[in-house]
Amino acid sequence: MEHLLNVTTVLSILLLLMVLISVRRAHIRVEYSVSWLLASVTMLLLSRSKPVLDAITRWAGVPDTPLTLFLISGTLFLIMFFRFSIIISHLRDDNIALAQRVAILEFHLRSLGNHEK
Amino acid sequence: MIRPAGKDSLLVIVPAFNEEGAIAQVVSAVHRYVPGTPVLVIDDCSTDGTITAARKAGADVLPLPHHLGLGGCVQAGYKLAYELGFQYVIRVDGDGQHDPCDVPRILECLKTTGCEMVIGSRFVEDNGSRTGIVRALGIHFFRLVLRPILGKPVRDPTSGFVGVNRKALNVFSRSFPLEYPEIEALVVLQRRRFRFEEVPVKMHPRRTGRSSITARKSLYYIAHVLLGVFVNILKYDRRLRRAHEAPRAGETSTGVGE
Repeated sequence: MEHLLNVTTVLSILLLLMVLISVRRAHIRVEYSVSWLLASVTMLLLSRSKPVLDAITRWAGVPDTPLTLFLISGTLFLIMFFRFSIIISHLRDDNIALAQRVAILEFHLRSLGNHEK
Repeated sequence: MIRPAGKDSLLVIVPAFNEEGAIAQVVSAVHRYVPGTPVLVIDDCSTDGTITAARKAGADVLPLPHHLGLGGCVQAGYKLAYELGFQYVIRVDGDGQHDPCDVPRILECLKTTGCEMVIGSRFVEDNGSRTGIVRALGIHFFRLVLRPILGKPVRDPTSGFVGVNRKALNVFSRSFPLEYPEIEALVVLQRRRFRFEEVPVKMHPRRTGRSSITARKSLYYIAHVLLGVFVNILKYDRRLRRAHEAPRAGETSTGVGE
């Protein structure tokens, strides 16, 4: 159990560092890094506070403490993926509308050019 | 330059993706059967010579900057037609499946019935059009699903050979299903209390290319369209409920004020 929590701590720190470096290099926008930072900090805190984890395990009726940790991390990441699906859907809609607008404007420009000739 | 001519102006739109082999024949056939009608080919970022072939055949071309899929491609055509002020738009596919000799019949039906949408149907009369067994089963399934939703039978719900008037054009230029749009578009119109009619048309096997709906994709198609239909029903029912509630709320506030 202790070993597993140590591994989770290392993984959380790695994730945290990776997100911070990506933000610094502008590979990921700040607003999209917030959910990753929250998730990695939550994982880090949980893996370093065994009494809290045990309390959650007892409260939720989960038979095993490591399972609680994985349930929480799984839920966190599912919520994040869902949030990103919403963002991607919005971006796709905007992208389609923009592409159509560009095509229509180019069409009008070409028509005007032909008209002037 | 395409311009609407007269109060019954018609634009024929042809969505096309890599249809170099068929597009010229389609455009020429439209010019033959509806002379003087502008033809707009919407090129969904083809990698072959579709644009050149279409222009050579006498069509105007609206090239999209990147691949949008059928719905996005058709909607771009609807948007342009609406902005230019056309009264009627008829969509003919660029693969040669739709016979442009039926365009005048669809236009006539749009004008005489005043309905918002006319579907060119393979199954109104037995005109020799044949479909594969999987597609036929799919069509039968969607007929059954759509019957109670639309309040009347639709014989060919997957037909892309459709004509719309300016009212439907207004709706579709703002909101149009992006993937597999035919069936969802019917539901969008029905929820707005618009009417549709079907007229018999003949369809040919596609001249070139392959259908985007392969046997493997059929299940995905069915699930996707069913979900789209369901979402559209929920969306418009909610809007209707809100619209009903708004005047009531208005009456109450007036009463209180008085």
